Amino acid sequence: MDRSKQNFSKRDYSAQPKANYPDYRSTILRHQGHKLVALPQTLADTKGPVFGHMDLGANDDDLIINYASSGKSAIGERILVTGKLLDETGAPVPNALIEVWQANGGGRYRHKNDGYLAPLDPNFGGCGRCLTDREGNYVFRTIKPGAYPWPNGGNDWRPAHIHFSIFGQGFAQRLITQMYFEGDPHIQICPIVQSIGDARAVNQLVARLDMAQSVPMDLIAYRFDLILRGPNSTVFENKTGGH
Amino acid sequence: MDSLDRRRTQPAQTNAEAPLRETASQTAGPYVHIGCLPNAADVRGIYSNDLTVNRILPNAPITISGKVFEGDNIICKDVMLEFWHADETGCYDNGIWHRSITNSTSGLFSINTQMPGKTKTGEGKWLAPFVSVWITARGINLGLLTRIYFPGHESVLHEDPHMNLIPESRRLTLMAKLVNGGYYFDIHLQGPNETVFFDV
Repeated sequence: MDRSKQNFSKRDYSAQPKANYPDYRSTILRHQGHKLVALPQTLADTKGPVFGHMDLGANDDDLIINYASSGKSAIGERILVTGKLLDETGAPVPNALIEVWQANGGGRYRHKNDGYLAPLDPNFGGCGRCLTDREGNYVFRTIKPGAYPWPNGGNDWRPAHIHFSIFGQGFAQRLITQMYFEGDPHIQICPIVQSIGDARAVNQLVARLDMAQSVPMDLIAYRFDLILRGPNSTVFENKTGGH
Repeated sequence: MDSLDRRRTQPAQTNAEAPLRETASQTAGPYVHIGCLPNAADVRGIYSNDLTVNRILPNAPITISGKVFEGDNIICKDVMLEFWHADETGCYDNGIWHRSITNSTSGLFSINTQMPGKTKTGEGKWLAPFVSVWITARGINLGLLTRIYFPGHESVLHEDPHMNLIPESRRLTLMAKLVNGGYYFDIHLQGPNETVFFDV
């Protein structure tokens, strides 16, 4: 079915973070005073940019080596991050571009504005990208990023995390989020995470240790499924049920 | 009861419980450039090309540039913007997408693109040409959607059913200005000139 002809269901804001969350200091000057203005969806929202393998390089999905000198690899716990990209009806989202970026094993980003004490790793750049396959599966190889301190007015440390940017089939599905790691005690005390008021929605950002997909003597696997807005169910029923 | 052997090879349960809800957004943070436009942000050697490099170069180009302001009229220098619009005939099948960052010194963003054509709503009403803009940055927990409209389309804008859903006093925040042959569009995240942001 051509999903671009359907509307997406309304966004469920109960699962989303608050725009104004003063414990995360940067929201104070960047949240909105006005409510969002509701608009009906058009093709501007139900269609979106399309990417293909031509846009990608051969090692883009392997952060362990995509910046490393020949024969070298990044320092850190070697991990595999894998999961499915689905919509809210459980349907896979194929051929979707996922981009990731992260700090190195010591918690330092390769960015001119990051001056943290932890050193740069000469063999780690910190970004990757891939397309989901026909069943919505994606996979990256990387190293587990370190936790790091950040300026938020107090004793603030980010839980280890990987940033994810996802394009669905329509621009209304566009999403940027962060993946956390099962068992990390920083998750419960991080203001950025806790700007999401809903415990189940937070739990959905936590990747699970996946022993079945771990590679003995090589990589620890984490499973992280991602959910995008789904088709509007009333439109969906009309289109499939009518004759 | 599971044996230790079995637990050592056990598949993970999904992190996404039924009924499925959209994954929560989190801020793109101050280092969004690493992931999205590394070469433009001087993080070289990872991708041979940023994603924007191979996009179609349009006929009849226009330039759109501007700045993003947070409260107290402070210029934001760590923002990523994405632009999505119909082609010059008003068709989205070959819709045009761009990505830009605000310059780390001046705060200016800039794209070269094509003037989009008029489009229609599902009910066949004309919509004036516009560019959808999606904005993410440190301090923005959920990406913000706005639109750029252009001067010179007043008769369509007057009847535009979307424009008419916006309080009249705020409509001007969505109008680009023509300055030295290019379009200029400032975005205010809050304050008296707060830009209109949409829920679609």
